Amino acid sequence: MDLRINFSSGVPIYLQLMEQIKHAVDTGAIRGGEQLPTIRKIAEELTMNPNTVAKAYRELEREGVIDVRHGSGAYVAEPKTSSTKSAAIQKAAEALRQAIETGRTLGLSESELRRVFENEVSRLLDVATAARRRT
Amino acid sequence: MSDIIIATRDLSMSYGSKPAVRGLNLAVPRGSICGFLGRNGAGKTTTLKLLLGMLRRDAGDIRLFGEPMASEEAAIAARRRTAFVSEDKELYPFMTVSQMIRFTRPFFPTWRRDLEKKYLHLFRLPQEKPVPKLSKGMRTQLMLLLAMARGAELLIMDEPTSGLDPAVTEEIMEALADLVASDGTTIFFSSHQLAEVEQICDRVCLIDDGQAVIDGVLDELKSQYRRILLVFDGEAPKELAHFPGVDHVRRRGRTASLLAHADIDTVVDRTRQLGPRSVEVHPVTLKELFLDHVKGD
Repeated sequence: MDLRINFSSGVPIYLQLMEQIKHAVDTGAIRGGEQLPTIRKIAEELTMNPNTVAKAYRELEREGVIDVRHGSGAYVAEPKTSSTKSAAIQKAAEALRQAIETGRTLGLSESELRRVFENEVSRLLDVATAARRRT
Repeated sequence: MSDIIIATRDLSMSYGSKPAVRGLNLAVPRGSICGFLGRNGAGKTTTLKLLLGMLRRDAGDIRLFGEPMASEEAAIAARRRTAFVSEDKELYPFMTVSQMIRFTRPFFPTWRRDLEKKYLHLFRLPQEKPVPKLSKGMRTQLMLLLAMARGAELLIMDEPTSGLDPAVTEEIMEALADLVASDGTTIFFSSHQLAEVEQICDRVCLIDDGQAVIDGVLDELKSQYRRILLVFDGEAPKELAHFPGVDHVRRRGRTASLLAHADIDTVVDRTRQLGPRSVEVHPVTLKELFLDHVKGD
């Protein structure tokens, strides 16, 4: 698992770490049941704050991506029927294809479409994180 | 056992008629690495000296390890548990590295031989070299080793990495991360190096003109704050500055840039009612937070 953190970006570091670990799980770089490096190991390798690594692990556990077993470390959770995930991705891709078609008939260029997409994703995610924080 | 290792309330101190610290409120929890930021003359070194009992406060309270610093005895007891690396990094010039370590060791009953060995190895310090022949980076690393091997629960440093090259800085950051991971030590240090603070600190405190303008968990600050960029058809409206949750507004002709920290959705909705051509919401870096919160010249 190759972790890279951009410390000077405005994106919280624990979120970057969570995304990269999830990506590693999605791509199969680490598989269900495999052990993750210890908090201390990651903190040392990336020269970052161990409290921040701990926070990322806590959140990943809460989301069910990893299991933290006391005394023995953190493990990637066994995947729950991956077929439902790929079905979801196909459905989302279909909806996006339609949105892209609409944008093109309205005369938007590729870079404009990408910008719209990025903006909407970050806007929706902002709303989602804000809502989570409120609960 | 208190979980707040450093706490100040309305801490104030003046040099003659010149106020240096004006009602400072700080809270640094156990096991955190807190970066203490601010411009030159903002009151950072004065605050550190007040915490260490090297200066006397005019008003306010200081609690270290949960204990009020109300008497000389309490201050001495707190200093036993606290290590300090000062900015000037003075060491005895007639000693070698290993003599300096052997000289310092017996002063501290809590001395940790394991940490001494670990950091000697990590920093690759030449043990027989006399102190004046060390590079600035090595001198800093020796000071740090002496402070960390004391077995202190709190480590306070005044600009530990100023003027050091990136490789030495990285080694120092590594040592700090390791110390927190292995021993749960609390670290509080002043710095001008935003990059290193972002890398290693989980908390930041920004002071300006003797007062804390930001104090919190760095990742939470990054989640809270947003930059909102607006473009209008005509001149950017003046009402923008009065929206709740907005810290700063910069208007330049038809564009405006808002720094907001609360209720971002509401702020965005309200700006939309002013009819902008475009609204963009961006994350905010520590550098932007710093520049937006310290008063300009």
